[in-house]
Amino acid sequence: MNRRKFLLTPIAGALAMVSLSLTQPAPTAAQTKVVNVYSARHYGALEKVFAEFTRETGIQVRLSNASTQALLERLRAEGPQTPADVFFVIDVGTLQIAAEEGLLQPLQSEVLNAVIPPELRDPKGRWYALSLRYRTLMYNPAKVKPSELSTYEALADRKWRGRLCMRPATHIYTVSLVASMIANLGERRTEQVVRGWMANRPIFIDSDSRILDTIAAGKCDVGITNHYYLGNKLKSDPNFPVKLFWANQKDRGVQVNLSGAGVTANAPNRENAVKLLEWLATRGQDPGVAGLPGGNSEYPVNPSAQPPEVLSQFGSFKADLASLPQYGPLQTKAIKLLERVGYK
Amino acid sequence: MLDPARESPALELERTSTLPWPGRVAAVGRRRPSFDAGALAAAIPAFLVLLPLIGLALTWLHLDGEIWAHLWRTLLPEMLLNTTLLMLGVGATTLALGTTLAWLVTTYTFPGVKLIEWMLVLPVALPGYILGYVSMSLFDYAGPVQTQLRAWLGPDFELFEFRSLPGAIFVLSLALYPYVYLLARAAFREQSAAQRDAARAAGLSDRAIFWRVALPLARPSLAAGVALALMETLTDFAVVRYFNVVTLSEGVVRLWIIQMDRDAAVQLASLLMMMALGIVLIERRLRSRARYYQLGGHSRPIAPIRLSGPRVVAALVGPLALLFVAFGLPVAQLAQWAVAEMASAEPGTLDATFGQYLFNTLALSLGAALFVVAVALGIAYALRPRGSQAKANAVLRFLAHLATLGYAIPGAVVALGVLLLLAPLNETVLAWTGGAVLLSASVVGLLYGYLVRFLAIGFSGVEASLEKVTPNMEMAARSLGAAPARVLTRVHLPLMRTGVLAALLLVFVDTLKELPVTMFLRPFGMETLSVWTYMLASESAWQAAAVPALTIVLASVGPALLLIRLSRSGAQNNWETRL
Repeated sequence: MNRRKFLLTPIAGALAMVSLSLTQPAPTAAQTKVVNVYSARHYGALEKVFAEFTRETGIQVRLSNASTQALLERLRAEGPQTPADVFFVIDVGTLQIAAEEGLLQPLQSEVLNAVIPPELRDPKGRWYALSLRYRTLMYNPAKVKPSELSTYEALADRKWRGRLCMRPATHIYTVSLVASMIANLGERRTEQVVRGWMANRPIFIDSDSRILDTIAAGKCDVGITNHYYLGNKLKSDPNFPVKLFWANQKDRGVQVNLSGAGVTANAPNRENAVKLLEWLATRGQDPGVAGLPGGNSEYPVNPSAQPPEVLSQFGSFKADLASLPQYGPLQTKAIKLLERVGYK
Repeated sequence: MLDPARESPALELERTSTLPWPGRVAAVGRRRPSFDAGALAAAIPAFLVLLPLIGLALTWLHLDGEIWAHLWRTLLPEMLLNTTLLMLGVGATTLALGTTLAWLVTTYTFPGVKLIEWMLVLPVALPGYILGYVSMSLFDYAGPVQTQLRAWLGPDFELFEFRSLPGAIFVLSLALYPYVYLLARAAFREQSAAQRDAARAAGLSDRAIFWRVALPLARPSLAAGVALALMETLTDFAVVRYFNVVTLSEGVVRLWIIQMDRDAAVQLASLLMMMALGIVLIERRLRSRARYYQLGGHSRPIAPIRLSGPRVVAALVGPLALLFVAFGLPVAQLAQWAVAEMASAEPGTLDATFGQYLFNTLALSLGAALFVVAVALGIAYALRPRGSQAKANAVLRFLAHLATLGYAIPGAVVALGVLLLLAPLNETVLAWTGGAVLLSASVVGLLYGYLVRFLAIGFSGVEASLEKVTPNMEMAARSLGAAPARVLTRVHLPLMRTGVLAALLLVFVDTLKELPVTMFLRPFGMETLSVWTYMLASESAWQAAAVPALTIVLASVGPALLLIRLSRSGAQNNWETRL
């Protein structure tokens, strides 16, 4: 695309949008089928999935994006009068908190109950997992032998001083990882571990993707990131020099998190919201339609759906599903622990 | 220290002649009642603008000892230390860069100086949250610059850890030095050749003239420029987050959004507000102790010294290298990403989202510009000096100026203040509108936030141009039989047109770039280019963030250049420094 065209396209597009919106009165909710989604998932991949949903069902998806925590704060402020129909976030703890606070309504959907395993949905049907992600160890194979790695806790060992890359406490991923550790190890032991990490002077990088780049460049040897960041890197560069190690395979298994959604307590477009969830749990799981998990190298929740091709090299592994229900109840404790320890 | 300005009788003379109107003008107009409706019209919006700040200040009445004790045990010491070091670092760097560059382009002449003079303003078009992420991607350990250096110098080579306080100072200084540069340049321009000649005759060397004459004379402008840079530093929460520097602004956002502890966030926000007001006070003090402004154009301008030989090379290389790092390289990187993104995007998806977000951004910025400037016009018009009334509304004048303090208050603090104020009304408005409008997250709340934050820009621009209309002109028109409305349309508006347009443009662009207020107060689905950029950038979706980022930069370049044109006139200097 030449430079002029590149500059003109957006401007022409904007002018077209402005004139369109001026000439056509905005359709009211009664005329168009819409569903309002508060989403913490990344842009791009998700919009493709929603575009497919609209094509198949005729229901327009209106997105409002923010971080998981910001969305919860907003949902609380709006209470029963929220315009949102679907609360779609990337952290199960937050879904549990929203459900406990009465912000989400229980659904009785046979479709959802049939395709999503019971441990990946709220027993009362207030939230459902839609894709799975695992937060695990990543290492530079030129500097670390896989036999040196074992658990999250072992990264507190002195031998890792100056060799770790970690995500700051400002991100919910870190909070839920610590919550899962508290669930398994108790608060005292977890605090010891996190203090051990801190003593190793990790480099804090607020981006899983950049953590992988930094491991690849040789600045740190081991990091903790979600598995799909490596999957996505390998899709564009199969020789990307970072390897995945499934953490804690000899005990509880790797930490699980999920992207999932619930329908808000007073959803104005409840039926469309349920349809969206059901579609995402069925058609949306299929890698063939650039589905929700597939577009982002995540694992599907629907056992009958194939995981994306790139994930096959990661092999099979054991996951810590048992502590999943504790993330929400332990979230505040995890935040306080991180704060107390001085984790950034 | 010898202060040449204070000794100069010529300057004294100029000062008296700068009064906008001579002495007391006889009251030609009709006698007004003691109750001044116009002044009241000014007081109400001014007071409304102050309300969120007052609300935050009132939290000092019930300080929560437990919260403060907890903050003190955890992040507060680090926040205070980092904020102080960051401000010292950015203050010193912008002062040094801005002053040196302004001195270079005003005192010397060399091939290309005119071009460099305006190009040095360009980095102001790159907001910190954009420059920050692009610099991070270029200069951090995994970035291309250090990777190349390692290829040349061996695998163990490493520049300083870029994700750090020095990294944040580096980025913020590059983004903010133009404020100091613009004001220093205008100040140096206004200094007269007579002073320099006198200093030379007294035996001062060129270097001594800079340190002992030019710099002290420019001090008020330098203080104003650095104060602006520091206010922007204090409001930033995005750059410091990229660089892992926990500051007070970042802390407010962290407590509010991440730890979901709004009470603690409010307490911390009020502390931050006090610090911001502290900067304003210090700056005012620095300025009031040294009021020797000169008006440009009255005295013989300084003839620039012609550089030759290797000095030309040095004079060119310095600024160009700075511009390359602060503007050329980041924009080139953004352009490369944007092209790649547009080539790889699914056809249609980018156009649709981009078009929608661009539309939202333009509509919001236009709305904010019109709203803010309209309020500013109302206040300024009601407060204009009118013959015998000139002194009557001193209190309201003070109130109006107080209301422009919002510019110094960090965006996240303004957002919290507006939220605190509007949240109690949420239920009522939700009930009225059938759940359609959450007041604290509506266009109303957002425009309110912009008003608090940007009234200063609108007001200073409008007021500066209103001062061009002297009471004599108004009275002359009235005595010739023109009705007040006709005076407004035939005298005031034509004379003020340029100033008002400039004010509109500046508020428009500041809104377009604005991040925190927009992020925390925007209504459902109201994504803007700035929020979109920040969210993508903070997820390291750098290529995708480039399209909106580049749009913001391109939209800001024009007004940045306008700033340098406007700052040629003395009125603008006044406008810029009066916050």
